[in-house]
This record gives sequence, C-alpha cells and structure tokens, in this order.
Amino acid sequence: MPELTMIEAINLALKQEMAADERVYVLGEDVGVDGGIFRATQGLIEEFGEDRVMDTPLAESGILGFSIGMAINGLRPVPEMQFSGFAYLGFHQIESHASRMRWRSQGRFGIPMTVRMPYGGGVRALEHHSESREAFYAHMPGVKMVVPSGPRNARSLLVAAIRDPDPVVFFEPKASYRAFREEVPEDEEVAEIGPAQIVQEGQDLTIVSWGAMSRRAREAASQLAEKDVSVELIDLTSLSPLDYPAIAKSVSRTGRCVVVQEAPLTYGPAAEIAARVGEEAFLHLKAPVARVAGPDVHMPYFAREQAYLPDAGRIVQAAEYVRQF
Amino acid sequence: MPWSKVGPKGAIPHLSILDASGEVDEELVPDLSEDQLLQGLRTMLLGRRFDERRLKLQRSGRIGTFAPVNGQEAAQLGAISAIRPQDWFIPSYRETVAGIWRGIDLADVLIADAGYNEGVSIPQDAHDLPNAVPVGTQMLQAAGIAYGARRQGKDEIAMTFFGDGATSQGDFHEAMNFASVFDCPVVFICQNNQYAISVPRSRQTRSETLAQKALAYGIDGVQVDGNDVFATFVAAQKAVASARDNSRPSLIECVTYRLEMHTTADDPGRYRDDEEVEEWREKDPIERFRNYLRKRDLLDDGGFQEMEEEVSATIDAAWKKAEKRIEELGAVAPLFDHVMSDMPAELERQKRRMQAGGSPGVPSDA
Ligand SMILES: Cc1ncc(C[n+]2csc(CCOP(=O)(O)OP(=O)(O)O)c2C)c(N)n1
Repeated sequence: MPELTMIEAINLALKQEMAADERVYVLGEDVGVDGGIFRATQGLIEEFGEDRVMDTPLAESGILGFSIGMAINGLRPVPEMQFSGFAYLGFHQIESHASRMRWRSQGRFGIPMTVRMPYGGGVRALEHHSESREAFYAHMPGVKMVVPSGPRNARSLLVAAIRDPDPVVFFEPKASYRAFREEVPEDEEVAEIGPAQIVQEGQDLTIVSWGAMSRRAREAASQLAEKDVSVELIDLTSLSPLDYPAIAKSVSRTGRCVVVQEAPLTYGPAAEIAARVGEEAFLHLKAPVARVAGPDVHMPYFAREQAYLPDAGRIVQAAEYVRQF
Repeated sequence: MPWSKVGPKGAIPHLSILDASGEVDEELVPDLSEDQLLQGLRTMLLGRRFDERRLKLQRSGRIGTFAPVNGQEAAQLGAISAIRPQDWFIPSYRETVAGIWRGIDLADVLIADAGYNEGVSIPQDAHDLPNAVPVGTQMLQAAGIAYGARRQGKDEIAMTFFGDGATSQGDFHEAMNFASVFDCPVVFICQNNQYAISVPRSRQTRSETLAQKALAYGIDGVQVDGNDVFATFVAAQKAVASARDNSRPSLIECVTYRLEMHTTADDPGRYRDDEEVEEWREKDPIERFRNYLRKRDLLDDGGFQEMEEEVSATIDAAWKKAEKRIEELGAVAPLFDHVMSDMPAELERQKRRMQAGGSPGVPSDA
C-alpha cells in the first residue's frame, strides 16, 4: 500500500470519485489551474476538464448557493472553501438552504453536497486562517459534520461524504495535511459516517478527540502510558452524527473521561459530549468529565498560536485531574 | 488621448496622463511641487524595497506570509494621496504603499508579520483601520463610516481599497448600493491587478470593465491606468471632491498588475507565464514616474541613488527596532487582551488557569 499524506489522500479520493461518477464536480477558488492552494485538487482539471473542475469567481455564497442548485438538479458538487474562516460569506446557504431543503420540500429534494474546508491552527498563517468552528455546523440539523484525523480516514470518509445523500461539511485539519504519512489502499475504501474509531483500548481513562487534536491525544496517551496509565483513545471522525454510544460504553468501563477540542471552550462540541456522558454513564463516573480546549478568545496571531492550542501537556494535566479527583 | 471612453457604449471614462516613457499630457498633469513629487516617488520606492526585504525575511523564517505590493505602487499612492489625514483609510491586506503614505510605522508592520498582534498599533487620532483579510468585506464598513461622518457633520470621507477578485463578492455590490442609497461620502478603489491568486480577471466577470459596475448602483465609475500615478491621483481627487462636496460615492478601477506572487505562499508560475509578467514590467509604475522626474531635471541618477540609500537605511532601522521588540514580545502571550472592553469573570478564570500551565476548562488546583 502506498504511504500518502492527508492532502494526497484527499486528492486520491476526489480523483477516484470523479472518475467513478460523472455527477461529481469540484468547484471553488483556485481549485482548477492552480490545483488548490493546498494542492488538494491538483491534476483534476487536466483529467476532468474545466466544466467539472471549476475555478469560480471569488464568492463563497456564490460557490455554495450554486452547488446547492447543482445538487438539486442531479449533480454531486464538492465545493471547496479555501479556509473555514472564509466560509461565513456562504454560511447562510448552508444554514438556510442546504440543511433544510430535504425537510422543507418534505423529502422531495436532497442536497448531496460535500463542502470541504481546511480548519484549525498550527501552520503560522494570517488571521482567519486558523480557527476551529466545527460547533457552528455540528449544531445545525440536517447537515453531517465530518472531521478526519489522518490520511487513511480522510480518504475513506471523503468518499463516503461524496456518496452521502445529505449535505456534509468536511473539516480538514490543515496542520495534518503534510505532517505525517499513512498507508492508504489504492483500491476503493469507504468509511461509514458516524461510528467513532477506537484508536487504542485502555482501562483507566477515556480520551475523546477529533481532527488535529487526535494526534495530540495520542501523544498524551503515550506519555500517560509511561506513568502506567492505560488510556482508551476515541477518535470521533464525525461530530454529527455523534457516536455517543461508543463514548458511553467506553466511559462506563473506565469511569473517567477527558475531551479534547481545539475550539474555544464555551459551547463547543466537548460540552455536548460531556453532557452525553453525564446522561449515559452517570453512575459509572468517578470524576467530572474534563474538557481540554482553547480559551474563549480569538486565535492569536501565529507567534502565539501554540500558546492557544491544547497540547499533550495540557491533556496529561487534565488526565491527572480526573484521576485524582 | 488622456480621457477616453471604455465599457459598454463608451459609458465609462478612462484616464491616463503619464505614459510608460515618462511623457505626460501637459494639460492634465496635476500641479504638484517638486517636494511633493519627490515625496511621492520615495513612498513608492520605500513600499517596493520594504516588500523586497520582507520577502527575504519571510524566506529566512523571520516573518510569516504577507502580500507584496510590487507593481501596484502608483495605484495606491495616487489614490491615498488625494485624501487628508482626517479622512478614513479602510484597506484590505496589500496596501503597503498607502499605509506608508498614511504614516504607518514599518517596524509595526514587521512585528505583525512576525505573528504578534501588538504590531497593530493604531494611534488614537488616526482614522486608519487594520487589515481586512476576508476578501471584499470591508467596503460595506467604509460606506457606514462615511455615513457616520455625514450624519455627525464631520468633515471626513472614507476611502477603501480592494482587488478585482473582491468585486465578485456580494458584499461589494451591497456596499455600492448602500453608499448610493444613503449618499455616503466614500470612494471605492479597486486595484485590478489582473489576478485573484491564480484566477484571472476574465474569470471573475464577463463585464468589459469593473468600473461599469458602479453605474448599476447609480454612482460614478471611472477607469484609470493604475500604473500612472498622475491619472490615479487626478481621478481620486475628483472622486474625493464629489464625496466631500456632494456626498456622492464613486468607484475607481485602477488597471494595474501584481508583479510578484499573490502572497509568499503562492507560486505564480503555475498560472501565468513570464512573458506576460515581462510585458507588465515595461509599464512599471516606479520606472515611469522616475523617467518623468528625470526628464524634468527633478531627479538625476545620483539623486535617485541617494533616495535608494535613504530608503534602505529606513528599512534597516525599522527591522532593527522590530527585532528588539519581537524579542521582548516572545516572552509573553497575552491571549486575553482586548477581547472585551472589560474582562468577564469567566475569562479571568480561564486566564488564571492557563497562567498556571493548565487548560481554560480544567480546575488548576488539582
Ligand atoms: C472571503 C475570502 N475568501 C477567500 C480568501 C482567500 N484569498 C485571499 S486573497 C484572495 C484573492 C483576492 O484577489 P483580489 O480581490 O483580486 O485581490 P488581490 O489579492 O489580487 O490584491 C483569496 C481568494 C479570503 N482571504 N477571503
């Protein structure tokens, strides 16, 4: 199996889906001739032409509204938002239309659209290029919210998203685009959207994370292993639907839970997960659920982004807190 | 033919005064003193050399990514020099030359480039907004600022800068429409540098000109040779007067070219060929202005060399100052400053927890 980076794996998924299904279209700013500013769409325009790989005018509302129309009329658009921080100009198209069309039309029109967007910090970028606002989309009824953590699940989840009959917001942790490689099968591999991945089994403590934070959770787990703390690691890969049975099952066994999110603390997905654990595993809990998150501030300019971002040290500290509670 | 007509049915006036060889239309050339002319050239040169230095600093990892101004100096200077200090400057993210004209501290620019929020340090009496990175979004604010000025009887107008790509955003159209409906004294400066990253102007719109979009909103639209500092200045002066005297907004399309990469993260070789770039180099706004000054005996090669040296020393000094400050700033991470006017108790608590080495949501007395 070839070893791919996440960006290469995303590229592979797009290429294979476009080849397999002529209804699949890619559109966005710089996705054609330039191959996408991160090169996710590299080579697509050469292979599939500019009618299916569309360099659009610079307008996020345009890209998303147009995609919704394409989806209504038989196509499977995969629009790219250059950064999640610029998707707000088109946010209303997702909230007001993509998420509601199936419901509004009483099942007549679905929106099989996958909105790809790089999110998150760690790449020394300018303002608006580093935020994690997955809560906005996970909060919306009618939309799936998928966040891969590595090359292999990025590929298999993206394929699943493109084939999904409902709109999927696909958050790509840009810090992980080229950070590491994984074996990715060349042959088709499709994930199921929803089920969490148990990355590592353990007895003492459950750590739940997603996206770029999954790497930091792993790092923390190995630091904890050195202190003889056995960690069960859960990588959600999907925030909506949320696999709370998997979380509850794990925490029912370990009795302790740390949730790691890159986003600001308040009203983030970690709060929802903590509430679910409280509902589903209350009698098994030996400590309150701890949330390791960013503070409720704007992502600082890049010199301080690591000061903002949760790291293994903070995760270990939270683990100690729930263990000693 | 300094004034000509372009656009559908020739509805859009086009202005050029200074040609590539340094010849001018004597009737239209603005009446500027020798001092003003030299100050103008210095500002453009400083902008260009500053960005060349930033590129080196970026390549050696001292600062982060930024958007070079190279090629657009005349468009920015011509426009910005038509407003007064009390008028408002509402930039996007490429306005180095306009910023220099407004008096921005180059060291501050470098401090922000190095990733420190403290580099954004706007004097209390300045009417200059910080960069707006989301493309095409600040023009509505410019219209609102202008309305605020008019309603409060303040002798101020607003001038906002953006690119050709920005004209595809709905916000751009809303801005012109609001400005028109509410008689806002605002001037919209579109720097049509032919590209939005890799996407050529022809892919943004099938309109013959960008300036003609103004007509749909009932405001004035004009196109100028944006590499001609005189044409840009004259058109801007006219637009500024119309804003100031009649609260009439206008749109100026400056036809120019980005000679460098979009930002330091971009590789223009992927979407345009060197020939095209070379053609535009022939129309270099600084060379052109310098030719004019040379022909008028206002600046000989020796004088230009002196200007180069002074500019270079200014940049050296700015970097030296910035380096020192960056070192000081490296020791602190004031994540919580300026988020709110008053820090709520919850933020205080998060701050305390982080200062103790923990997470904002985890009790630190564990
Ligand atoms: C709303 C938004 N979408 C996308 C981007 C990413 N981006 C930054 S600059 C740029 C191109 C802008 O082109 P143009 O408006 O012509 O201005 P220029 O950069 O050429 O000066 C893009 C797509 C952004 N900053 N904001």
